[in-house]
Amino acid sequence: MPRRLWVRAGIVVAVLAASIWYLYPPQKSINLGLDLQGGIHLMLGVEVDKYVASQTDRAAGDLKSGLERKGVGVKRVVREGLSTVVVELASATNWNDALTVAAEFGAFEVGQRDEKAGRFALAMRQRQVAQLRDDAVRQGVETIRNRVDQFGVAEPTITRQGDDRILIQLPGVQDPDRAKALIGKTALLEFRLLDEQTPVEQAVAGRVPETSELLYQRRIDKDTKAERKQPYVVQKRTLLTGAELTRAEVQADPNAPGNWQVAIEFTATGARIFGDVTEQNVGRHLAIILDGNLYSAPRINERIPGGRAVITGQFTVDEARDLAIVLRAGALPAPVTIMEERTVGPSLGADSIRQGIVAIVGSAVAVFIFMLLYYRLSGAIADLALVLNLIILLACMAAFGATLTLPGIAGIALTIGMAVDTNILIFERIREELRVGKTPRAAIDAGFHRALRTIIDTHLTVMVTAAILYNFGTGPVKGFAVSLFVGLAASLFTAYFFTRLLFDIVYMGRRRVQAISI
Amino acid sequence: MIEMFRSPNFNFIGRRRWAYVISALMLVFGLTALAVKGLHYDIDFTGGTLVQIRFEQPPTVAAIRAGLSRVQLGESVIQQFGDPQEYIVRAPLSAGSSEELAKRVTAALGQETALGKFELRRVEFVGPQVGRDLQLQAIYAVLFGLAGILLYIAWAFKSLKGGVAAIAAVFHDMVFCLGALSITGRDFSLPVLAALLTIIGYSVNDTIVAYDRLRENRSKFSNKGKSFADQMNDAVNQTLSRTVLTALTVFLSTAILLVFGGKTLEDFAFVLFLGVITGTYSTIYIAGAIIVDWTQAIESRVGRRKKAVAKA
Repeated sequence: MPRRLWVRAGIVVAVLAASIWYLYPPQKSINLGLDLQGGIHLMLGVEVDKYVASQTDRAAGDLKSGLERKGVGVKRVVREGLSTVVVELASATNWNDALTVAAEFGAFEVGQRDEKAGRFALAMRQRQVAQLRDDAVRQGVETIRNRVDQFGVAEPTITRQGDDRILIQLPGVQDPDRAKALIGKTALLEFRLLDEQTPVEQAVAGRVPETSELLYQRRIDKDTKAERKQPYVVQKRTLLTGAELTRAEVQADPNAPGNWQVAIEFTATGARIFGDVTEQNVGRHLAIILDGNLYSAPRINERIPGGRAVITGQFTVDEARDLAIVLRAGALPAPVTIMEERTVGPSLGADSIRQGIVAIVGSAVAVFIFMLLYYRLSGAIADLALVLNLIILLACMAAFGATLTLPGIAGIALTIGMAVDTNILIFERIREELRVGKTPRAAIDAGFHRALRTIIDTHLTVMVTAAILYNFGTGPVKGFAVSLFVGLAASLFTAYFFTRLLFDIVYMGRRRVQAISI
Repeated sequence: MIEMFRSPNFNFIGRRRWAYVISALMLVFGLTALAVKGLHYDIDFTGGTLVQIRFEQPPTVAAIRAGLSRVQLGESVIQQFGDPQEYIVRAPLSAGSSEELAKRVTAALGQETALGKFELRRVEFVGPQVGRDLQLQAIYAVLFGLAGILLYIAWAFKSLKGGVAAIAAVFHDMVFCLGALSITGRDFSLPVLAALLTIIGYSVNDTIVAYDRLRENRSKFSNKGKSFADQMNDAVNQTLSRTVLTALTVFLSTAILLVFGGKTLEDFAFVLFLGVITGTYSTIYIAGAIIVDWTQAIESRVGRRKKAVAKA
């Protein structure tokens, strides 16, 4: 008996058993890529610099009120570039007080200063800038995950990619436009006062005071479907944001049948601010702004206690529901842009699976028949090895949670061809050894032994390329690399454990072997 | 026992001068195609939007074009994709973002009553940044793939010459396949890149089998006194049946992929299909031939130097 036959048989049986265990039940064990089951693949770019700028703006605002509290006369405090705040004092007399206040802003350091002019600059520390950029992406991932969870997608993938990107994969989503709108919305809800000093006509003509800006309310005419844009002059100062929200619910709009609105409720702090703001501004108009679009600007008739408000704006029930979701999940810290999108409808995915299966089964059958005809019994052994190879390949993909994509199916089809190469190498070698007059057993031994080195070399080189492909490829190409790599590893295993084992069982056990069916 | 070759002894290496002419022609074909017609990059690399539409009734391209003329799509391309009901529209980046574009396409086609019902089955949008990233990744993937193979061969066979010759063979295959891609008007897309990388692996695979045999033979006594060209020729002949059989099986697999794999995999399968053929050829006539001529060049120079030393 050849050495350790039982041990090797045990290993093969164990691998086969483990493979079947991982593969069962097949519908659940293998992750299908978005190209096969349909769904959305989105790569979002987070505009991290905008977040840095907005945080700098906030610090500038805080600094200004801090200086005013100290009684320091301020001409202006503005952001310059992304992360620098420039302070101009009314006079140089309070210079030292001003610096004391500035020193409290630990994230900044005082840069250029000009005492005579009463002017100095605060630059955000580099470490802080990096931290903010990182926060923007991290919070973005969290917020989007929240939104997607509330939207209800089975098994979404939301991960950070690199410095400023977020990868989102939503399998099986039927309405991609809606999902994209939900994910991509910044959802920055702001409450600001209208600037009622500046006539709208003057603002439209381009003369807007520095503290105000021109915003539009979009209205769609129910009959003509035409969009109408109504301009408003709105103060830049934000009184309250969506960060102070606790609840957001969909309601029917009592004033416009068929339209829906979103009722919101503030936190205790938010409710207090809202009460104060409404009390101090009775008679003025409060604009409700979402992502720079003005939704409504109702007149404040009296102080509003309890912290409740409604957002109206000709919403359908889906729009209102999605708005409620994004308000509950919170605003994205910075706007995002779609850098890459791949949306596949479910019917296309089903077609791809069918074609892929036809291709795989077709190439497998062709190769099977070829091997049987050419090598007879040995060909049958190679065919069995091929089946085992496929089982191990699929099981490995299931075990690692790898995703099977359409190019991945191509990779499998290719692996079939390459796995057969391994057996051909061995068989040709055995035939050669027989030709020089070796006995069948010696020929088998020598054939396997001599082919080993070659097989390792050929497999390793292709595996090197597969690994490189995995590293540099994205999405679908990665899937190809994975199945190629795993398939080659499985082919190494089956050739040396399984094919050899069957040869040993068939030819090495009997007393005398006259000929090999090869 | 069916045997394709019984102890073959073809004079492959001896005819390598002819092969150089053929290889040169193949290279010229590839390079000319690339220079004249160029490669048409898919939106994966250029950025842009792709919309795949399935109509209930087979439409005419003219009707689709008429429908789409209502929206500004820039230099868009309309192509039938697979069966007659399925079409692909590719629009450049300037046409706008995917979301808006898909909506505009749907609205515009909806107005063209001759087209009947349709369904958007796939929308792909690649932004300029991602397109540039993918271009870079493609170049890196090819370069690192080649470098990895060069290093592996140099290490495994202790022969830098072997590595360089193998890379030359791969280069030849790639140029030829890219030329064919260009001539047939196929797009260079991510799957095509994957196919090219597979060819690199596959072509080198064959080369390594021949090198392995060469290395093994060199330790044999019967090999003594044979010229390097003869040794190489022996190695090629001894591995010939394996080379042809394997090429046949891989060829079968890719041919089936090409026919049944569907339109999405067609370009991928096309490149592989050609690559299998040129890969087998280039093993013998580029990798093998170059290493023989290179070794002979070195030997004759060493020989001349020895003579010179002997004279002096």
